[in-house]
Amino acid sequence: MHLILFFLFAGFCLAGAINLLLQTHPINSALSLIVVMTSLAVLYLLLGAEFLAIAQIIVYAGAVMVLFTFVVMLLNAGREERTLGSRAAGRVGFPAVVVVLAVLATIILRTQGLASAHLGVGLSNDPNGSNLVILSQVLFHELLLPFELTSVLILIAILGAVAIARREGSEGTAEK
Amino acid sequence: MSFLQHDVPLTWYLLLSAALFSLGVVGFLIKRNLITVFLSIELMLNAVNLSFVAFAYQWHEVKGQIFVFFVMMVAAAEAAVGLAIIIAVFRVRATLAVDRIDLMKL
Repeated sequence: MHLILFFLFAGFCLAGAINLLLQTHPINSALSLIVVMTSLAVLYLLLGAEFLAIAQIIVYAGAVMVLFTFVVMLLNAGREERTLGSRAAGRVGFPAVVVVLAVLATIILRTQGLASAHLGVGLSNDPNGSNLVILSQVLFHELLLPFELTSVLILIAILGAVAIARREGSEGTAEK
Repeated sequence: MSFLQHDVPLTWYLLLSAALFSLGVVGFLIKRNLITVFLSIELMLNAVNLSFVAFAYQWHEVKGQIFVFFVMMVAAAEAAVGLAIIIAVFRVRATLAVDRIDLMKL
């Protein structure tokens, strides 16, 4: 069952990622990225990370992608145009990416003992249990300060986004 | 939840993660639209998250999942600031083609 679900949603992931590359309109690319993120959430669920699966759907497929689609609609972005600048990236980039993928796959396949390295004591992979308790204990006890710092980071990011996207007050808009 | 028996090797998750990351790099290189380039970056972040979760599952280590959580938070902040920059650039240049946005000066 696990195997079937893995193949099904890994196929969805790859199909969505390839569709992201093939589409020329940004809104189609954004929607196929939502497919990728939702399939990844199912894979997280298979890997015993329930909290991350829900967070993936709420934060990524929800908040971040709504932001993306909102910006695409706001800017009325049309289909992208082919320009001369993409030639060099195509000629040098494709072989380089293929080489990187081949090296990564070789390393992953050759490395021995990936599955039998030293085991931590945190998570239990009991299919009937849940890892939420241990996750929240580590997150809210040992890593409380980094957790609170991320909230400060988000606040700064919101203020920065508002300051950057504000309409008046910059020299660039004054020229227009 | 008893149907969630573990019989998928870790290697397959890592290969899927590597393939998604490479597709993200390809998108970053060949796409000419600023928003699509940004979407490719998000795809690469997600691919790395998948390998974190796979290792966390295999090695019974909770820190992998914690790391993914922090990556998600930072990615959300990054998306907000990046899209604000895209809006600011579009307001001045009136284009989203990366070839025409080749100056830091607005």
